[in-house]
Amino acid sequence: MNSNYLIELDNVDRRFTSPEGKIIQVLNSFSMNVKPGEFCAVVGPTGCGKSTTLSLISGLAKANAGKVLIEGKEFDGIDPRVGYVFQTDAVFPWKNVLDNISAGPLFRGMNKKEAIEKSLDWIKRVGLQGFEYHYPHQLSGGMRKRVALAQTFINSPDILLMDEPFSALDVQTKILMQQELLQLWSKHKAAVVFVTHDIEEAVILADKVFVLSKRPARVKKIYNIDIERPRIVSEAKYTQKFIEISKSIWNDLSEEVNI
Amino acid sequence: MIEQKIKNRESEIKELEQISIKKVKDRWKMVIFYRLLFLAVTLGGWEILGRVGVIDPFFFSIPSKIIYQIYIWIIKGTSQGPLWVQVLVTLEETVLGFLIGAVMGIICGIALGRNKMLADIFSIYIKIANAIPRIVLGSIFIIALGLGMASKVALAVVMVFFVVFGNAFQGVREADTNLIANARVLGASDRQVTFKVVLPSALSWILASLHISFGFALVGAVVGEFLGSKQGIGLLIATAQGAFNAAGVFAAMIVLAVVALLADYLITRLENRLLKWRPTVQ
Repeated sequence: MNSNYLIELDNVDRRFTSPEGKIIQVLNSFSMNVKPGEFCAVVGPTGCGKSTTLSLISGLAKANAGKVLIEGKEFDGIDPRVGYVFQTDAVFPWKNVLDNISAGPLFRGMNKKEAIEKSLDWIKRVGLQGFEYHYPHQLSGGMRKRVALAQTFINSPDILLMDEPFSALDVQTKILMQQELLQLWSKHKAAVVFVTHDIEEAVILADKVFVLSKRPARVKKIYNIDIERPRIVSEAKYTQKFIEISKSIWNDLSEEVNI
Repeated sequence: MIEQKIKNRESEIKELEQISIKKVKDRWKMVIFYRLLFLAVTLGGWEILGRVGVIDPFFFSIPSKIIYQIYIWIIKGTSQGPLWVQVLVTLEETVLGFLIGAVMGIICGIALGRNKMLADIFSIYIKIANAIPRIVLGSIFIIALGLGMASKVALAVVMVFFVVFGNAFQGVREADTNLIANARVLGASDRQVTFKVVLPSALSWILASLHISFGFALVGAVVGEFLGSKQGIGLLIATAQGAFNAAGVFAAMIVLAVVALLADYLITRLENRLLKWRPTVQ
């Protein structure tokens, strides 16, 4: 094994069993590697198993065959180095902003005072001052996403898994949140695996874009995105380089999607 | 010029607002007026029809007699002793049965809801138990536990348990898997998932069941007293029935209704406190 990698998926299989006992094979000897501090985006046709890779890395699901390694070692249960931002709202609706953000440290046994202090600091960093005691239903979609980001970042994960986190947002909010994410990430260099169906989003955010084939998923192609950082999301979209890479990825993908 | 216009507009809107506030208030006054009117017509009609003989007061009584009966009970006490003692006895049985049944229901509901295998095995029996008219068990409890308080509490527990249990179970099963996954990645242990995620998300289901089940507990206690007891409002009803005292039955009913309404009010307050995170639904 190459110990340069932080995350290694080595020939993993993942099957689901339906309530009737039928087996659906989602991943079939799938391999993929991520280096420390690297921002990777994963794009692929619908239902190819993008999200399943995240479940495997987080430990929420176990591989049926093959190995999932973090820092070259296999792990049991959910690894504390992992943070996960979900596609749908996963903030706790019965907790206010402050309690939502301090949930992680408290679960991990930090004392209450320290957790609240840390949480207040993160509220500042994601620009939610004045909303500490608001409940999620009183916030806009973008603000709820900020809560989700702070909730994850407060645990200082080395590995940040994101499953189409911005797909439900409107276009302007989405761009703002992408910029916000890049800013947070630049200060805290976690390895990111960002699953998305949005090619532009993948190119604008990532160092590396993995293009997956349709099921059984394979890494079809890896693009290194050498657009320089720091990137301004709203501007980088109009550069020649961005457009070329996006087009090329789209060509790869459209071969996989036959309608 | 434009600024002046905007200013005029603003004061116009303020006036309009005053008018609309007044309209809303007037509407409420009207609703209350018609509510009282309806009550007066119904009770008055009953009284008059009873007095002229269209309704036989011997079987159906009349409001004035019922009020007089309550008055007598309050002033002189009932044949079984003071009214407040009867209320207290029934209330004690109800509250005890309600608490025991609710706590057991919540514990079993969560335990079963968190375990797929147990849930699959027992779900069929829960359905059956829910379909059985459990009130009939009252006779068994009287035989087994005697005429004292225990048999009434037991009946109230049985009435409450299955309702709360069913709701707690459903609430746990419907807890958002995303929230559970999120909590686990954030570092929650199984215990923390159960108490910090599953329980709060099942809470609105559980509280909804408490509303209904307090009424059930009251029914359990009263029917238990009805079947055999030495004290309580149920016995008061049974005695009135035996003496062909229709006014007594109605009077006892009203006393029970007051108790039930008070309890419902308290549960609603508790609910609003515990569920203050929920968006208000109009």
